Amino acid sequence: MTFEHLQPPAAAAPVSPADPAPPVPALALRGLAKRFGTKIAVDGISLDVPAGSFYGIVGPNGAGKTTTLSMATGLLRPDFGTALVHGVDVWQRPLEAKKLMGVLPDGVRLFDRLTGEQLVSYAGLLRGMDRAVVVSRVAELLAALDLSQDAGTLVVDYSAGMTKKIALASALIHAPRLLVLDEPFESVDPVSAANIRDILERYVASGGTVIVSSHVMDLVQRMCDHVAVVAGGRVLAAGTVDQVRGGESLEDRFVHLVGGRSHAEGLEWLRTF
Amino acid sequence: MVAHLLRLKLTLLRNSLRRSPWQLVGLGIGALYALGIVGVGIAGLLLLRQADVATAQTVVVLGGAAAVLGWAIIPIVASAADMTLDPARFTTFAVPMPQMLTGLALAGLIGTPGAATSLVALATVGTWSRSFLGAVGALVGAILGVLTCVVLARVVTAGTVGLASSRRFKDVSAIAFLIPLVLMGPIVAGVARGIQSSAGFVAELARFLEWTPAGAAWALGGEFAAGHYGTATLKLLIALASLAALALCWKVLLERALVTPPYAGTAKKKTSGLGLFGMVPATPTGAIVARSLSYWLRDPRYAGSLVVVPLLPVLLWFQASQSGFYGLLQFVGPLTAFLLAWSIASDVSYDSTAFALHVSAGVRGSQDRLGRAVACLVFALPIVLLFSVVPMFIIGDWTLLPGILGLSLGVLFTGLGLSSVVSARYTTPVPLPGDSPFKKPPGNVAQTLAVQFGGMAVLLLLVSPELALVAVQLAGGGPVPGWICLALGPVLGFVLFVAGVRLGGKWLEVRAPELLAQLAVNR
Repeated sequence: MTFEHLQPPAAAAPVSPADPAPPVPALALRGLAKRFGTKIAVDGISLDVPAGSFYGIVGPNGAGKTTTLSMATGLLRPDFGTALVHGVDVWQRPLEAKKLMGVLPDGVRLFDRLTGEQLVSYAGLLRGMDRAVVVSRVAELLAALDLSQDAGTLVVDYSAGMTKKIALASALIHAPRLLVLDEPFESVDPVSAANIRDILERYVASGGTVIVSSHVMDLVQRMCDHVAVVAGGRVLAAGTVDQVRGGESLEDRFVHLVGGRSHAEGLEWLRTF
Repeated sequence: MVAHLLRLKLTLLRNSLRRSPWQLVGLGIGALYALGIVGVGIAGLLLLRQADVATAQTVVVLGGAAAVLGWAIIPIVASAADMTLDPARFTTFAVPMPQMLTGLALAGLIGTPGAATSLVALATVGTWSRSFLGAVGALVGAILGVLTCVVLARVVTAGTVGLASSRRFKDVSAIAFLIPLVLMGPIVAGVARGIQSSAGFVAELARFLEWTPAGAAWALGGEFAAGHYGTATLKLLIALASLAALALCWKVLLERALVTPPYAGTAKKKTSGLGLFGMVPATPTGAIVARSLSYWLRDPRYAGSLVVVPLLPVLLWFQASQSGFYGLLQFVGPLTAFLLAWSIASDVSYDSTAFALHVSAGVRGSQDRLGRAVACLVFALPIVLLFSVVPMFIIGDWTLLPGILGLSLGVLFTGLGLSSVVSARYTTPVPLPGDSPFKKPPGNVAQTLAVQFGGMAVLLLLVSPELALVAVQLAGGGPVPGWICLALGPVLGFVLFVAGVRLGGKWLEVRAPELLAQLAVNR
């Protein structure tokens, strides 16, 4: 099975050391902020995701990960701040910016009265792709994600993990240069998760950029080369995984940064049965 | 424990109201509606006090039996069963079965349908308050009858939970339920005529039902009032026995349900290939046409409105044959055009948050609008043409045909253009994907009504030239205005259609994220 189709077209030309201009980041967030009623969900997030990186965004529940990624991908209008995808402003030139991105949003429905095959084809055709290309890519994607058996089943009858995988396929179909995946491994079985990781790693190796949000520190530590820790709508730490964890495991470092760990005191009665 | 369950139900109700003030408005409207029906029911039952025993008995028994039937049927067909106290959620709590049964049964009385049924049932005490024993009998009967209703509803839900959680059954039953609902008028008229021709039948039916579990409890008041203590005791036994039998059934079903959760994934539908996606041009617009058409066929929320369409001429024809005035039948074409065109006015709301795919794919607004409108047009155009021509054929009068054709096409195209603008600007609370088409989520009622009526008023204004021409012809202006309408309708309609798609597209492109945020709130 080959994934030539999935390789990002025209990966940024390698920058020679003599070149004075810094490389354009795949995603650059500047002072993004969003308020829902009285609650400030995102409080001025600035972040540079280098092109060709595998970037993890971690944070506790309600940290503002999904809100940030929605604003970065053009799904939610920020109150303040800008988002640039490969130098294209998402909110000034949305159609152009969205061509560069593949998005797996969390917590949105799918057009689930379509079959899996139809849904992924729909995503491709919406992007203005040629039908022959769509058909061949859909077949490859479904095979790679182990969904060929259920290509003809309506998505509404899929399990949670299968639904996640078909949404991922819809995000990959147009071979974007930047993939923004919100909780891509939630309820996906371990074998499929390993397959997805393989696909993403090969995609990064050939110059694409992946941003994933996750709760699973272990996964992020093994899979990503960069990581940002987000809590309370702010970036607490960002950089390469080694920089951020500084010798500790990412999980310990995360708990350290975010705080809120209760040291198992009290609950004595739990040991009295 | 029983008090616990009741308090839990009340807390759940109160918390659901606290989510938004509009929930309260929704409940208020539902309660007002119920109050109206209850008021009429109670007033009728109190008036029956003056009627002779036999008539009163017939009415009370038939009404009671109808209530029992309603409680048995509505939970399944409308998939609107109240699942806030789903027994499956108590699996881990080890609640003793008798208390659980009592608690759940009494909790079933909390809420609009339970309260309404109880109130009307208690009014039968008024009907039979001609003697002390009659009143007592009626009270016992009302309690037994209401409990029978509640327990029966629980038995039916517990028994069909496997069936009801299968998606295909839900889809089909929701649509099937629409048909009698739409044809209610003709059905009621037919039944009424049948009753008129055989007045004795109703009384006979009531006499029969009195001896069945459906009517025994409701007959108690009348039997005691009439002094038939022997039959009264027998019917009391029947009522008690049937309630006990239902409770036993429920207990067995519940015990089984608690250890075997329903298995939903039956009979997956397999279709191979791209289906409609292989037939449309490979463009974003074409893809949206294919997607929308698939939804018109597969989603009961859309298919439901398609089922209504063929019933509309039936309804009008029935009305015409009753009154002998066939004028309205000629307007079935424009009427259908209006219904179908307006049906996509909340298209984006029906997408719910799946609309995010259009936003993140960067679909142009005009492509989105055009795709949805063309999908509707694909079937709406032939239907509307057919419905414009066939009534003339039935009546045998062709003079109005050109005018009606022009009006139909004008309404269809203008309406599609207007719907394209409306659905790009406003979201309305609609049943969520996968929900029953009857389950209107409470939401901003005021805005919904304003959008609906405002939109219709604007549509009337936009098609006023065609309307005026048809009116002139009807008023004796000769055939010329009709022919002008035939030329004007499609042209004006098409211009407004293009304008609507353009304007809606522009608005959609600018406001897509805001629209998506609104959809996320409604979901």
